Amino acid sequence: METLTTFEQLLVGGLLAGLVFALVAVGLTLIYGVMDVVNFAHGEFLMLAMYATLGLALVGIGPLVGLPLVAVALFLFGVVVYRVFVRRLLAGPPEATVFGTFGLLVLLQGLAQSLFTGDFRSVPDPPFQATLRFGGVALSQATLVEGIGALVLTAALFAFVEYTEIGRAMRAVAEDRVAATLMGIDVQRVNLLAFGIGSACVGAAGALLMLSFPVFPTAGASFALTAFVVVALGGFGSIQGALVAALLVGLLEVFGGYYLAPELKMVPVYLAYLAVVLLRPQGLLGRR
Amino acid sequence: MYARRLVASLAALAVAVTAGAVPIRAADAPEVVIGAVLPLTGTLSQTGAGLRTAMLLAQDLVNGHVSYPLPMVGKSGLPHLGHARIRLVFADSQGKPDQARAAAEQLITQDHAVALIGTYASSTTATASQAAERAGIPFLNPDSSAPNLTARGLKWFFRTTPNDATFAENFYQFLGDLKRTKNITVKRVAVVGEDGLFGTGAGDAEEAGAKKYGYDIATRVSYPATTTEVNAEVQRVKTSSPDVIFQASYVPDALLFVRGYKQQGVNVKAIFAQDAGFVDPNFLKAIGADAEGVFTREVFSMDIKFRNQAVPLVDQLFRQRSDGAKPLDGNTARDFMGVLVLADAIDRAGSTKPDAIRDALTKTNIPGKLTLMPWNRIHFDATGQNDGGVGIIEQLQDGKYETVWPFDVAVRPVVWPMPAWKR
Repeated sequence: METLTTFEQLLVGGLLAGLVFALVAVGLTLIYGVMDVVNFAHGEFLMLAMYATLGLALVGIGPLVGLPLVAVALFLFGVVVYRVFVRRLLAGPPEATVFGTFGLLVLLQGLAQSLFTGDFRSVPDPPFQATLRFGGVALSQATLVEGIGALVLTAALFAFVEYTEIGRAMRAVAEDRVAATLMGIDVQRVNLLAFGIGSACVGAAGALLMLSFPVFPTAGASFALTAFVVVALGGFGSIQGALVAALLVGLLEVFGGYYLAPELKMVPVYLAYLAVVLLRPQGLLGRR
Repeated sequence: MYARRLVASLAALAVAVTAGAVPIRAADAPEVVIGAVLPLTGTLSQTGAGLRTAMLLAQDLVNGHVSYPLPMVGKSGLPHLGHARIRLVFADSQGKPDQARAAAEQLITQDHAVALIGTYASSTTATASQAAERAGIPFLNPDSSAPNLTARGLKWFFRTTPNDATFAENFYQFLGDLKRTKNITVKRVAVVGEDGLFGTGAGDAEEAGAKKYGYDIATRVSYPATTTEVNAEVQRVKTSSPDVIFQASYVPDALLFVRGYKQQGVNVKAIFAQDAGFVDPNFLKAIGADAEGVFTREVFSMDIKFRNQAVPLVDQLFRQRSDGAKPLDGNTARDFMGVLVLADAIDRAGSTKPDAIRDALTKTNIPGKLTLMPWNRIHFDATGQNDGGVGIIEQLQDGKYETVWPFDVAVRPVVWPMPAWKR
């Protein structure tokens, strides 16, 4: 009885943890899928979104009401970063985007450090702090809200890419950039939108994460590392793949941590990652 | 090409002129240079700024003539060295081990420091003290708590602060005192900590203490500090059904664990925190009443019953100088004392030769009542560790950490067990 409850608890905990990973990864996967660019500063975009949420909370706008505002702000931020910076990187050799976005990571962390100091900060009196109980299983309301947010965001992004005109253009660019150009698709505009929408997603993620996490200059880095694994595991550019991979990572991490040892909890995750890279390099649900 | 070279030479000239301008000082005031390595930039820069202020305050009190019941204060410098003034030169560790080593080397070779002090973070103290060891320069560490720093067999390394092993012992001594005075018995302890130098050092000491004092280890949980979820960790603690939890965590992970314990109904008699995340103002703000009753070890508190009347005076001077009028805390008080201990040794050495200073340090014996700290004394054992250091134990009562042990300096009685989690 006791062991069964523990198992159920770990299962629910793992799935919810996975959904939180999906929440952070979904924007990253869109940007990669369309532009073939791994944005190494993804975690720092998340950190900025968390600070923006904190700022709104301090003037009385809670994280959920603030969410659309933060998403729009991050969309604009993404557009500016693309226009001023990433567009130029794309014109250079492939390494340029790697080093360029990594440089952006260092810059944003440094800026946050000097502007906001290294202190840990949380939103005052965040909503959804209750614990929900189903039989012997307990879960945090805040994590549940974050998980639902991840599902909604993933579904919305999937629908957008599959069923809208711009979404189709994005898929066309992802499949064959040159052909897309010949078909009259404005690749620059599609890139710009993908980068902006990917950033908006991470903005929404940041707002939701403030329900249960404090923000500090390197807050995004802890999430970003898992997000990179999730995106690679799910198949670079596959939105539904990222969701599946995130759930898998959450379960592996939690069950690995319990049945192996907590200090080894990332080992099954990276083993799965290695296995996929070796046996199925396109990722679980990736094409090509 | 020519123009570029011209610009470069002019720049070099400008650097040389400004650099040369610094050492010019009055010839009649001999100086003893002490090098201080601190995290002045980077994530620890705020702490570093406070430590710098505390050290400079100590420097000025040593060089001044106003007397306090503290070693070397108010003697207008170092009497045995013709009242030479001490001068602290600071170098930035950026909180990074490699940078700390470079900073220490720079202080030794370029600034000709006769001794070094610093560096706050245990990982940077490890590398900076190695540089001092190679150069044969005494290194005084007032503020790093990883037990293994004094287990490296270094000849030139001295540490005034009690370390995590001392604090672990204090937890068991406290449990022993509770048993004697209140007949409270504890059998099983869960040891939880992040898997860096801090968490593993504290955890090892707590495990060793359990053996020494006769407690059972219910479980040992070591987790990556940057983790974003602690489902498995909390379940492990829960299924091991401990009486108390010993915990070494930073802020984000401390929040995850306390929320996890609450959700999963991990009701223990007490949580003993190794300071760090659990005393951060943001932790208290974010977790609110949920952490009520948590114990933490501390090195210092302004609310303990002072044995030394200098404490409020130094606190007042420190507030005047610190950013935002911050009160003296455990870190700044320890670094302030560190400068005094070094000044005391250099003065007794009557020389600025490294060997003489080291020799004097080994003979240091400052009674506890002449320090700001709740210590028995400052006296170094063969490993360079102060054997007179004692921590205090505080408990979160009505939203504020209050000193509850040692009983003779306590301001509040112990609340035991800690309240059950509110559903």
